[in-house]
Amino acid sequence: MADTVSSPDVRTILDARGYRAALEWIARRAEAFVIPLAALVVGMVLFSVFILAVGKSPVQLYETMWRGGFGSWFSIQNSLSRGAPLLLAALCVALPARLGLVVIGGEGAIVLGGVAAAAIGVALNGAPSFLVILLMGVGGAAAGGIWIGVVGALRHYRAVNETISSLLMAYIAIALMNHLVEWPLRDPASLNKPSTQPLADIYRIGNIPGMEVHWGLVVGILACVLSWLLIEKTRWGFAARIAGGNVRAAQVQGLAVGPLIVGFTALAGGFAGLAGMIEVAAVQGSANGSLAAGYGYTGILVAFLARHNPLAIIPVAILLGGIDASGGLIQRRMDLPDATVLVLQGMLFIVILFSETFYGRFKLFNPDLWQRST
Amino acid sequence: METTDIGLWGVPLAMLGGAIRVSTPFIFVSLGEAITERSGRINLGLEGTLVFGAMSAYAVAVMTGSPWLGLLAAALAGLCFGLFHGWICKFPKVNDIAIGIALMLFGTGLAFFFGKPFIQPSAPDLPAIPFGAWSDIPQVQAALNVNVLFLIGAALAVFLWWAFRNTRVGLIVRVVGDSADAARAMGLNPNTVRLLATGVGGALAGIGGAYLSLYYPGSWTERISSGQGLMAVALVIFARWNPLGCFAAALLFGGAGALGPALQSVGVTQGYYLFYAAPYILTLIIMIATSSPSRTLAGAPGELSITK
Repeated sequence: MADTVSSPDVRTILDARGYRAALEWIARRAEAFVIPLAALVVGMVLFSVFILAVGKSPVQLYETMWRGGFGSWFSIQNSLSRGAPLLLAALCVALPARLGLVVIGGEGAIVLGGVAAAAIGVALNGAPSFLVILLMGVGGAAAGGIWIGVVGALRHYRAVNETISSLLMAYIAIALMNHLVEWPLRDPASLNKPSTQPLADIYRIGNIPGMEVHWGLVVGILACVLSWLLIEKTRWGFAARIAGGNVRAAQVQGLAVGPLIVGFTALAGGFAGLAGMIEVAAVQGSANGSLAAGYGYTGILVAFLARHNPLAIIPVAILLGGIDASGGLIQRRMDLPDATVLVLQGMLFIVILFSETFYGRFKLFNPDLWQRST
Repeated sequence: METTDIGLWGVPLAMLGGAIRVSTPFIFVSLGEAITERSGRINLGLEGTLVFGAMSAYAVAVMTGSPWLGLLAAALAGLCFGLFHGWICKFPKVNDIAIGIALMLFGTGLAFFFGKPFIQPSAPDLPAIPFGAWSDIPQVQAALNVNVLFLIGAALAVFLWWAFRNTRVGLIVRVVGDSADAARAMGLNPNTVRLLATGVGGALAGIGGAYLSLYYPGSWTERISSGQGLMAVALVIFARWNPLGCFAAALLFGGAGALGPALQSVGVTQGYYLFYAAPYILTLIIMIATSSPSRTLAGAPGELSITK
């Protein structure tokens, strides 16, 4: 990589300390933006090749995708709505990842959070709405938190691999939800699609004033900001980052790694459970099979794209919400299968993971190496 | 009268038949994963390989009329996925588990993308051998109607068990899996060995997928796999990376997976979703029982990230 410093006139400018410091400051931070963005572009180029290979126009595809995801106020609102659950689902991956755990079973926590919330909403029918909605949120978060917290506990106390156990737990959770909505909690009136009894209207979560987007978006953004504060600004987050870097070092330092792992995984699951509650209270109105819509799996992609940084999750989730939202339009306009979006997501995921290998390789991003080149 | 009423005996019988039927994809995927993991890599993407294998096998069988060509296509597709995983994981800082998750998503997406036109047409099945022909009871006949792939899988398990111990290739794979440094000292390139081991593992997973779409359940749908590829990874750990153990564990899983349909077939109409979860619960219990925080697992390849 050629860097700008080697050219003489730039060097004279850099003699002024302020410029130099500013440039170093930018360079050190640029890597975290430039590499993911470059990976995103490469992924989209590869996907263009794929689309060309199946005989369609990539230009038309990206144009349709833009129109379906972000082209109008209507589609932007649609993307924001779809991005809302992804924010919380991605936190379910990103928080444990800071501790070095790869938890991919967020779908299970979403599903159970939704069922728990629906059960509470139906059981407390008649109580004041703010209380019921609050309890639904707490119940949903608790269900998801316990589910993923168990994964963390198994990891720490029994050394059970968290990636596999969380996914198995997701399958178990979906079977449990199918059982619950089919028999014990079923509304006899739901014939074709087994569901719990519909929530009373006063227990539904409405839209943000002036928008066709429900309050789940605000909850999701708040959760991301709070998670960022937790990781970057508190001692628990500091401890988690140490444990994520090196578990043994953390233990030698006397950090309680066990409670840290269980706490972070439970919090992560709690966010996913809250996503399920929002899906029930704001979108579905009851718990049913639609809860397992794959938000948990797209959330994995969001978290990895954001490199497990809670603040970066916000734009990435909205971007992927937009890609998701455009799936229908791509299917109708271009006569491509709805799985087109899945192929794009898979490609982006692979390229992003591959791009990990480039961190620290470019002198441009490391001011400590600039001097030597002169 | 077509069916003989054999009452509750139908449940264990259906489970035996189901164990043989359901276990076959587990056998192939877990043997493939065992080869990959013995070389020191873990490929979580076999779930995607399985689904793509199922789709490509079905598509080729529909187009050519030959299930065996379909099987070949699935194996080749699986080989490509495996080689890709093996190639991309040789770069520094690329995490094999995360790449596996990505390939799971990518393989499934690609299978759905190309599989759309093949949901309607029907493909020829892979042949089965009626070992139950001596019996007059249809349930027994059904249970002992064994597909050739099951027999091939069983033979492959024995062969791999023997090959890991007694052949040069088996030794090379084990050395690379236990210590990359030792392998380099022997003049072996760990990345090449792992590339090939992951490729072979992917090919076997593709065959497992072909069995799904060409024999049982025997059609291509987007819900064809229910996590068999992932359970196989857990199963390999349970089997201690021993091919014979993989075969036994696959049978056990097959039996657990057959529990739900078996109960439904004798008229249990409530709560069968919970029995559908039996294989997952069984896997989880086995993982909890066999893992330990204080020691590494007996027989674990030393280079495997999952056991470190």
